[in-house]
Amino acid sequence: MSDSTHHTARLIPDRLTSPLARALRSWEALLIVVAVAVFAINSFASPYFLNAWNLSDATFNFTEKAMIAFAMAMLIIAGEIDLSVASIIALASTAMGIAMTAGFDTPMLVAVGIGTGVLCGALNGFFVARLGLPSIVVTIGTMSLFRGISTIVLGDEAFTGYPKSFAWFGQGYVWWVFSFELVLFAVLAVGFYVLLHRTNFGRSVYAIGNNPTAALFSGIRVGRVRFILFLMTGLMSGIAAVCLTSRLGSTRPSIATGMELEVVTMVVLGGVNILGGSGTIPGVVLAAIIMGLVTFGFGLLNVPGIVMSIFLGLLLISVIAVPRLIRRWGK
Amino acid sequence: MTVAPAPAPQPVLRLSGISKSFPGVRALSDVQLELFAGQVTALIGENGAGKSTIVKVLTGIYQPDAGVIEVDGKAVQFATADAAAKAGVTAIHQETVLFDELTVAENIFIGHAPRGRFGLIDWAEMEAQSRALLTRIGADLDPRLTLRELGIASKHLVAIARALSIDARVVIMDEPTAALSHKEIHELYELVERLKAEGKAILFISHKFDEVFRIADRYTVFRDGAFIGAGAMSDVTEGQLVQMMVGRSVDQIFPKRAHNIGAPVLTVSGYSHPTEFEDIGFTLHQGEILGFYGLVGAGRSEVMQSLFGITRPSKGACRIGDSVAVIRSTAEAIGQGIVYVPEDRGRQGAVKGLPIFQNVTLPSLGRISRGGFLRMAEEFALARDYTRRLDLRAASLDQDVGLLSGGNQQKVVIAKWLATKPRVIILDEPTKGIDIGSKAAVHEFMAELAGEGLAVIMVSSEIPEILGMSDRVIVMREGRIAAELTGSAMTPERLVRAAAGIAEAA
Repeated sequence: MSDSTHHTARLIPDRLTSPLARALRSWEALLIVVAVAVFAINSFASPYFLNAWNLSDATFNFTEKAMIAFAMAMLIIAGEIDLSVASIIALASTAMGIAMTAGFDTPMLVAVGIGTGVLCGALNGFFVARLGLPSIVVTIGTMSLFRGISTIVLGDEAFTGYPKSFAWFGQGYVWWVFSFELVLFAVLAVGFYVLLHRTNFGRSVYAIGNNPTAALFSGIRVGRVRFILFLMTGLMSGIAAVCLTSRLGSTRPSIATGMELEVVTMVVLGGVNILGGSGTIPGVVLAAIIMGLVTFGFGLLNVPGIVMSIFLGLLLISVIAVPRLIRRWGK
Repeated sequence: MTVAPAPAPQPVLRLSGISKSFPGVRALSDVQLELFAGQVTALIGENGAGKSTIVKVLTGIYQPDAGVIEVDGKAVQFATADAAAKAGVTAIHQETVLFDELTVAENIFIGHAPRGRFGLIDWAEMEAQSRALLTRIGADLDPRLTLRELGIASKHLVAIARALSIDARVVIMDEPTAALSHKEIHELYELVERLKAEGKAILFISHKFDEVFRIADRYTVFRDGAFIGAGAMSDVTEGQLVQMMVGRSVDQIFPKRAHNIGAPVLTVSGYSHPTEFEDIGFTLHQGEILGFYGLVGAGRSEVMQSLFGITRPSKGACRIGDSVAVIRSTAEAIGQGIVYVPEDRGRQGAVKGLPIFQNVTLPSLGRISRGGFLRMAEEFALARDYTRRLDLRAASLDQDVGLLSGGNQQKVVIAKWLATKPRVIILDEPTKGIDIGSKAAVHEFMAELAGEGLAVIMVSSEIPEILGMSDRVIVMREGRIAAELTGSAMTPERLVRAAAGIAEAA
């Protein structure tokens, strides 16, 4: 009788669908189709599009935002958000301006820019991970705070006259058409891919985003992971600040305004669930490229910026809505 | 087929040929169900039998792949939850789905509040109607209270009042007594009788056989998503129902095991918490199953969670083996070899949105990685080992845990902890809401673990389970240890007396 509870152990297969089948049905596959379509339309619409140097220029439309988007993607997957990233850029750029005025040279400027970003991220992380405040409120607050400090320092003025060697980060080329920013973007994409998809840390991020309580009950140091994620977003904002300041060659009060929403758009377009729990780095890479190509294509066609933002808005909504509608009507 | 008592009336609701599949899982195949006015139909089945799925089909949350739903003999479709509600079907769930921040009256009338001038809500009317409804079900509740202020039993009453307010003809009660005390359960039975008298058709889902025999007129049994049988309760015995439910006979005897109790593993002394518990001390030995019994709210789970590093005690010491252990976080507890299978499986135990293999390896990431980098092959190997050991039923290890039945989710949580190779495993109400078959499997498994030298703490509110499984029982009352019982002193009477604070009979 008691053997009735002993079933013969059944073998459970590891996976039912092959990796290829899953890849074909994935969000990333859809994004590749969109990217190819945008590429094709651009090639037909403008004779200047298919040119290595023009395409290289186009990458500047997304590289800085994408760097932040990688860190933001992990933060959003973990169920948090950081809306202060553009303000961190402003503050970091302002700090670099002050350091430049004080006579420091390029290595110190880079250190100041990145350091400011990390400090800002640590402040956000402290409020969210240590004090348990909701990240959307905290970072809306620090968004105003960081931007406010920057505006007070700058007034109507701007910092200009950065050293020549500093210009390399935003204007230099590593080899042929491959700019420093593009190479950095590629390196970071690989780095974040490995971090999110191949490490313990990345796995913890998914667990926290899906169910923070169960993650805590599984021995994951939830607070520490959250703090590190904010630190990383700050770090990436600092790096983006170095690149952007170097590319523009100046620090103005309007630097990076509204960039936080473009970054979040990029992340969501990349298939990251805004409620947390799912998303991939390849998706964000593709979203970055799509947004860059669209911006560039419209630029070549002399389409005004406002039309551009309308188009991006529609693209975001349709890419999210279409698969859901297909699923509903398919029944 | 058993003939229904009285001249067989037409059922209020009839489901026939209902099938429903999810990726990799056939949840229901060709099942039928009939509900009659003024009768309680018990739906009986193990976890994973398809009970929750049929409730979701009945309430319009899932659309069946095939089959017919008839109301009063007319075929209908419940395309949305609203359509089901309009047809008079309402469900009172295990965990009541109500709004904590709204008042009792608002909860009762949300979605169909009485309207006054300009289409605005007529608050006075709503309150008056709420009062009337609550009186009708014998509930002494102020409709102006916010729900947050109420206990779980009162919330059930609000849910029932809500069912009456939409003039439901079919009331589904999904394990309504799971979280209720003895007294509250009896009040619920009275209420069910009242609803019967009003001519409601009631579908009553429960794991407790005494309850089913006490309250139901008819039964329907599902097994593995298929219809097994239905009939009148008066024509069936408990043994026959169990037989239908598990497809095999299960004797209720707890597993016998060798009692190889070894050296002390965990020694707790003077553990205190400002509000939850005071001066808790005990020693747990290798190979021992130590039972913790008490009423709900006695502080048992709180003590266990502080041992697991969730809350920190204000005073007290804890030794593991021969060394003093300081446990400030769950990670440290796991590092010391203490693991905890929580009572609230859905919220604290399983990460439902992640696949099975990732759930199993979550606390063991260090073991399946090198320098922080995951090794997929090792990860799957670990997951395979432990899910097989627990005889998990799933389509693949890549399946999301949320798609599994409650019993199988519990197996994933236990597998996750065994994979960490713990020294002490704490199981908090490990068989709550689990069917007889899985329950026996969990008991068997606990005995096996203790036999292998693991130290086991089992928190349970079920007297047969506590007495059947434990080597020793600690009874808690109001945050303190009320008694420690061993050997022949372990009797139901002494347990209940200690837990309730009644003096020993002379």
